[in-house]
Amino acid sequence: MKLIFEKSYQGRGNHIFPSLDVEVGIPESAMRNRKNHLPEISENEIVRHYTELAKRAHGVNTGFYPLGSCTMKHNPKVSERVASNPKFVNIHPLQPIETTEGCREVLKRTEEYLCEITGMDAMTFQPAAGAHGEFTGMLLIKAYHKKKENYDKTEIIVPDSAHGTNPASAVMAGFEIVNIKSDKNGMVDLKELEEKISEKTAGIMLTNPNTVGLFDNNILKITQMVHDAGGLCYYDGANLNAVMGIVRPGDVGFDVTHLNIHKTFSTPHGGGGPGSGPCGCKEFLRQFLPGIRETKNGYEMETETIGNVTGYYGNFLVVVKALAYLLSIGSDGVSLSAKNAVLNANYMMHKLKDIYDVAYDRTCMHEFVLTLEKLKEDTGVSALDISKALLDYGIHPPTMYFPLIVHEALMIEPTETESKEVLNEAILAFRKIYEDALKNPDKALKAPISTPVGRLDEVQAARKPVLRYEFES
Amino acid sequence: MNYPKELFYTKSHEWLKYEENDAAVVGITDYAQDSLGDLVFINLPEVGDAVSMGESFADVESVKAVSDVISPVTGSVCEVNEELMDEPEKINESPYEAWFIKVENVKDHEELLTADEYEKFLKEK
Repeated sequence: MKLIFEKSYQGRGNHIFPSLDVEVGIPESAMRNRKNHLPEISENEIVRHYTELAKRAHGVNTGFYPLGSCTMKHNPKVSERVASNPKFVNIHPLQPIETTEGCREVLKRTEEYLCEITGMDAMTFQPAAGAHGEFTGMLLIKAYHKKKENYDKTEIIVPDSAHGTNPASAVMAGFEIVNIKSDKNGMVDLKELEEKISEKTAGIMLTNPNTVGLFDNNILKITQMVHDAGGLCYYDGANLNAVMGIVRPGDVGFDVTHLNIHKTFSTPHGGGGPGSGPCGCKEFLRQFLPGIRETKNGYEMETETIGNVTGYYGNFLVVVKALAYLLSIGSDGVSLSAKNAVLNANYMMHKLKDIYDVAYDRTCMHEFVLTLEKLKEDTGVSALDISKALLDYGIHPPTMYFPLIVHEALMIEPTETESKEVLNEAILAFRKIYEDALKNPDKALKAPISTPVGRLDEVQAARKPVLRYEFES
Repeated sequence: MNYPKELFYTKSHEWLKYEENDAAVVGITDYAQDSLGDLVFINLPEVGDAVSMGESFADVESVKAVSDVISPVTGSVCEVNEELMDEPEKINESPYEAWFIKVENVKDHEELLTADEYEKFLKEK
C-alpha cells in the first residue's frame, strides 16, 4: 500500500477558495523558505486511503481482543455521544465559574462515584494517564512523609511481578525501589516482605488481583505489615475490573490509588490519548492533592498541594465518558461487570487447560496466564509463534512475555463484554493452533499468512525504526 | 546449548571466567540469550564503576523485554566491551565471546556453578 505522500500529485486539492479581496500583507521574513510537504490529494482519495488503513488495522471494533492486563472492553457508543455534546466540548477551563455548573457537577459526581467504588475519600482528575496517576500517588506519599519529617523513609517496595510503570513512577518521585520476589503461587512472599520492610519503608505498590490474575488473600496482612512500619499502601488500579463493586481497595488497607479509567470505566484506550488516570486518597492525604479543586472555601488549591501535575482539570471529556458509563450500567452493573469479567476468564481457562499449561492452576480473576515453555521445548513453537498464528483467525494476540516471572507467557483477558459465542470461537482457534503446532511446527513458525504483512523484522524495528517519510527536496 | 567447561555460572544465568591477579570477565549464558530472544540494546557500566555481587550492573533489551544483568562478583570495572553497544546481536551469536565487563580487585563472589552443575540446574528448573 502506498503512503499518502506517494499518492500526492502537485496542484491537486479539495477546496475551491473564493478569490482574495484583501491585500496580502505577509512580510518576506515570515514566509517559509522550504516546501511544507503537505500531501496534495483529492477528497475521495483521502477517504479511500484512510478506509484502507482502517481495514488493515485490528481493533476492538473488528474482533476479539484478549490483550491481558489491558482490559480491552467495548466502549459503549452512548458514552461517546454524551461526551461529544457541544456543551461539554466547547467549555473553557478559564470561563467564569458561574457558567460551568454542569461540568463541575460532572467532576463532583464522578469523584463521588469513583470514591465509593474504591473506598477513597477524595480524588483528582488531573493525571492524564495511568502511570501519571501512579506518579501523582507517589508524590502524595512523599508529601505525607515530608510533612511528618520522616526523612529516613526513602524506599518503596514493589513486587517482581509489578507493571514496569510502578518502579518507574516511584523512582521519578525520588524513591528507591526494593524488589520482593513472588512465591510459587505468584503471591507476595510474606517472609520476604517481612525481611524487606524496615524503618526506611515509605510504602508499597500493589495490584490486587496481581499481575498474574490472582487475588492475594493475604492482602489485609500485607497492608497491616506496611502500616506497622509507618509506610503507606498504594493500590495500582490496573486490575480493578476484576473486583469493582466487590472489594474496595480502601477497605483492605490502601491509602492511595489510581484508576485506569480507559480500562475499567470503558473510555477509549486512545492510541496516544487523551487518557485519564484519576488518583484517589484517604482523608488524611486530601490536603496534598494537586490542582484547583472544589474545597470548603470554593474552587482553589488544597492547603498543602503538591502543585499541578497537568493543566486545569485534566482530560475532562474522558471523565464525562466514565460518568456516562457508570450512569448507564448503574451500581448493580458495576459489580455485575466484574463478575462477568471473572466468569469469562475462568470459562476460557477451563476450556483450554487440558492442552495448554496454565501458569497458576487455580481459579483466576479477570485474566489468566498460560506458559508455553513445554511446547517450545518439544516443538520450537514459542508464545510469539502462537500469537502470530492467532492473527490468521482474526484474533488480536494476548499479551506475551509478560509478566516476566512466567516463561513463554501468554496472558489472556477476555473482558466481560464478549459473548459466550465469541469466547467459544476463540477457544476453538486456540485449540486448533496448538494441535497444528504439535503436528506441523514449521507451519506455525510461518504464520501469519492472511494478514497484509507477515513476520516483521522486530530487531530492525527496535534498532533502526523508520518513522517518517523522507522527502526528496 | 553450549556451556564451556572452563567457565563458572550463576543461577541468574551469567557466566564468569577468572583471569590473573584477581580479575574476572562476565557475560550472559547461552540459555540467557536464547530465552531473551534477539537483543536490540544494551546498557553497560563505565570503567571505574563499582559492582557488587547479587546486584544489577547492566541491562539488556530484547524484542520481548528489558532484563537486569546481575554481577556475580564484587569489585571494580576495569574494561567494558563497548563493541556490544553497537552490535548487541553478537551476544546472541556467540554469548561466550561477547563478554560484558572485566572486573578487577575481585573481593567476593556469589554461589558459582560448574558447567555440569549449571546444566543440571537448568533441567530442574
